[in-house]
Amino acid sequence: MLDPAGEATRAAAARLGVDGIQKLRIGKAIELELVAPDRATAQAQLERLSDRLLANPVIENWTLELAEATGGSAA
Amino acid sequence: MSVGVVVFPGSNCDRDVRWALEGCLGLSTRFLWHEDSDLKGVDAVVIPGGFSYGDYLRCGAIARFSPVLQAVKDFADHGGPVLGICNGFQVLTEMELLPGALTRNARLHFICEPTPLEVQPGQCRWLQTYTAGESIVLPIAHGEGRFQCDSSQLEELEGNGQVVLRYAANPNGSVGDVAGLTNAAGNVLGLMPHPERACDPATGGIDGRRLMASLLG
Repeated sequence: MLDPAGEATRAAAARLGVDGIQKLRIGKAIELELVAPDRATAQAQLERLSDRLLANPVIENWTLELAEATGGSAA
Repeated sequence: MSVGVVVFPGSNCDRDVRWALEGCLGLSTRFLWHEDSDLKGVDAVVIPGGFSYGDYLRCGAIARFSPVLQAVKDFADHGGPVLGICNGFQVLTEMELLPGALTRNARLHFICEPTPLEVQPGQCRWLQTYTAGESIVLPIAHGEGRFQCDSSQLEELEGNGQVVLRYAANPNGSVGDVAGLTNAAGNVLGLMPHPERACDPATGGIDGRRLMASLLG
C-alpha cells in the first residue's frame, strides 16, 4: 500500500546525499506496561488490543514483542 | 421527527450540520454528546466532520469506542439511517459499519476545494433524489481521505452498487475514485465531501441540499 510520508522521506534522504535506499516505510511504535497474572494472559490481551485498537488490520500490519519486567509483571 | 448530530471533543462541523438542517432546511436537530448512550429518540444520526479525540492513534479509532457510537451501531444494525461526513466517514469504517479505511492523501496535502463528483444512488436512501450518473459539486476538506481496500473488496462494492459517489478528478489517490460508500442495506452512508457546506446559496452551491433534506425520508 502507498505510504506517501515514507516516499517523501526517501526523496529527502536522496537530497541529503544518502543514496541507494530502495524502500522506506513509516509506521509507529507503541510501548505499554501491563499487569497480568501470567505471560499467556498478557499475550492474549495484547493481541486483542493490537488487532482491535492499536492497529487497523485493513491498512496496517503489526508485530508484538512481549518482555517481562521485574516483580513478575509483564511489560 | 429530529436528526441527532454526534458531538465529540474535536468535532468542528457539528454546528455546520445543525445550520444546514435547521437554518437551510427547517429540520429539527438534537446534539448527541459522545458520553451519552441514549439517542434521545432521534430518527436519523449524523456523525459530523472534525478531529474526534484529536484524531489520536488514527482518525476515528478512539471515537469508535465511545458510548454514543455503541448506541449508533445498534441503531444502524436495526436499519436506522446514519450519515458520516468526512471524519464521520472515517469513524464509520473504524466501526466496521462500512468497509475499507481512509488514509493520508497521496500527495500529503490537506485539500480544501470544491470537487466535482458523480452520483450513482443505488440503494442509498439519501440519494434517491439524485439521478444515476448525475454530476454534482461538493466541497472537500481533508488530509486523510484516500480510500483504501483490497481489489476483491472493491470489486464486491462496485458489483453491489455501494460506490455511490466518485471523484470526477481524483484529488487524493482513493482506489476506484471512491468518495462515498453505502452499506448493503442502504441505510448507512459515509462520504468525504461535505454536503452540509453546500446547502446555502450564500456559501456557493446547493448540491448537498437534497441529500441533507432526505435524512428524514
